[in-house]
Amino acid sequence: MMTVHPERAAGRSEREQPLLAVRGLRKYFPVKGGLFNRSVAMVQAVDEVSFEVREGEVLGIVGESGCGKSTTARLLMRLIEPDAGEVSFDGAAVGTRDGISTKELRRQVQMVFQDSYSSLNPRLPVEDTIAFGPIVHGIGRTEAKERAYRLLGEVGLDPQRFGRRYPHELSGGQRQRINIARALALRPKLVLLDEAVSALDKSVEAQVLNLLLDLKKEFSLTYLFISHDLSVVHYISDRVLVMYLGKIVEIGPVDLVYNCPVHPYTRALLLSRPSMDPGDRKTEPPLSGDPPTPINPPSGCRFRTRCAYAEEVCERIEPTLFELDEHRNHQTACHMAVPGSGHSKAAASTTA
Amino acid sequence: MVEMKTLDMREGAQGRRQQGEEITVGSLRARSYWMMVWVRLRRDPVSMVCGVILILIALASIFAPWLAPHDPYQTSVFKRLAPIGSPNYLLGADELGRDMLSRLLYGGRVSLFVGLFPVVGALLVGGTAGIAAGFVGGRTNMLIMRLMDVFYAFPSVLLAIAISGALGAGFFNVILSLTLILIPPIARVSESVTTQVRTYDFVEAARASGAGSWTIIRVHVLSNVLGPIFIYATSLMSFSIIVASGLSFLGLGVTPPTADWGLMLSTLRQSIWVNPYVAALPGAMIFITSLCFNLLSDGLRSAMDMRL
Repeated sequence: MMTVHPERAAGRSEREQPLLAVRGLRKYFPVKGGLFNRSVAMVQAVDEVSFEVREGEVLGIVGESGCGKSTTARLLMRLIEPDAGEVSFDGAAVGTRDGISTKELRRQVQMVFQDSYSSLNPRLPVEDTIAFGPIVHGIGRTEAKERAYRLLGEVGLDPQRFGRRYPHELSGGQRQRINIARALALRPKLVLLDEAVSALDKSVEAQVLNLLLDLKKEFSLTYLFISHDLSVVHYISDRVLVMYLGKIVEIGPVDLVYNCPVHPYTRALLLSRPSMDPGDRKTEPPLSGDPPTPINPPSGCRFRTRCAYAEEVCERIEPTLFELDEHRNHQTACHMAVPGSGHSKAAASTTA
Repeated sequence: MVEMKTLDMREGAQGRRQQGEEITVGSLRARSYWMMVWVRLRRDPVSMVCGVILILIALASIFAPWLAPHDPYQTSVFKRLAPIGSPNYLLGADELGRDMLSRLLYGGRVSLFVGLFPVVGALLVGGTAGIAAGFVGGRTNMLIMRLMDVFYAFPSVLLAIAISGALGAGFFNVILSLTLILIPPIARVSESVTTQVRTYDFVEAARASGAGSWTIIRVHVLSNVLGPIFIYATSLMSFSIIVASGLSFLGLGVTPPTADWGLMLSTLRQSIWVNPYVAALPGAMIFITSLCFNLLSDGLRSAMDMRL
């Protein structure tokens, strides 16, 4: 179905092609108000976000509520039109003439939503919900049904028992399994998991996480795993991306980021995890207050209003992602990490 | 049942494949959903009794020429306001001595027609406009709904009187004016239900599956909005019958000597002190029919809600 361009095929063999490449993705939502519903301000939900997802990996995205995690996922699926930026899937730019169409993208990339109940049509038996995607993409009814039955088995639900059921007749964990089956029905390469396990209770969450890992192996999938749960991200991800107010502040291999975080926000975020040791109880929150409003984000570094190390340079110059470790691809957007940036701690942190 | 269905699907699979799968998604799904609603509705005794009464009234009206013992327009000076149970005049006679039973049977034709057709018409126009407004949203929604609000600003009965008054009395004009006043409320209900359904993640998930707007509306939106809209429309049938009766009462609806429950009620009201039972009969018919429509819509609401 997908036409492979000669250059693209050549490029893939030369060096490792990222499955998904995002460059300068931006979305500002207008705030309507005043007379005649004019847009009076812009919410800078996602601002100049660039990253890559490699084939077969799990990229975790973490951050506080409202930092643009879910918006990023919806932008990738083109459920929201981005204001700027380029997304290419498997080397083909999305929505351009010689790239791939949105419909084709939505076959290759699928999404699992957070709310397992509202993401299933209450009027459709779950087997029809799973078969819907394949039918839309021109696969015959019988074949689509068979595929739905097989997938029900794959996600651990007996097709004979569960196929004809309606969503309200299932538990939260079972519904999320249906959502996963629905996402896999189109045989995608990349699955966006938007807080896919956050609403489940802990025991079910663990089951579903393991199911996700099994399915990944079986169907050779790539995951973009969005969550606010740092432990879950640590467990499932290969690399992690930390977002703050619509910007990437740190990205790198999960062990590196979790063991030696560089950005003060990442450090604070990791410190905020409750400790397993009762003697090590924290009484002071490592990060206080709410993030500033994305309508008028602070100048320079967006984190500086809550950062203990903020200096004059942080207000003046916006930090860009800086490569800390060439081999392991660890990047952060903080002046302290950049030698000669003008920050008093800059020199000290480069040695680390 | 499941096996039979699979067979049926296998047969048609090849043929359907060429003419686009999207069409079959909605129709096949809709059939089994409505089957379930029917099964659940059958278990509700109140709905079934109301349904049977309505069917009997409808059949009696349709076959009125064969069932009626007398000519409904045949007057008789001697039989004026004959009481219920008079020989040959089972339900008595009206102020001109016409047989009440025959007139009630014939009157049902007009009343049921006037209850059903404006609602169906308004459902087609208002429902489409409301669902379109709700699904598209934005400026389109604004344009359609503000237009509806203009009509909504007038009290509906007053509007019906005004339209009927402008168009003149007559059966067709009654239907037209009732359709016009029923469009805004149906559009408003359709719009609000659709707007709500549109925000659910499953609509977004369907879009993420690559489905176009038409397929999404057909498979995912209609199945969720038609229930509430139908229930509301059913409850409007009694309203329609009553307003039509009111128009006839004011001389803006059907004209005498046509048999119509509303008109009969209005002419017989002068005789209420002479023979209250006969005078109350057309009112009782309107009451029973409206009540049955309302109870049936209530039962339908429960039957359609799969969560109950």
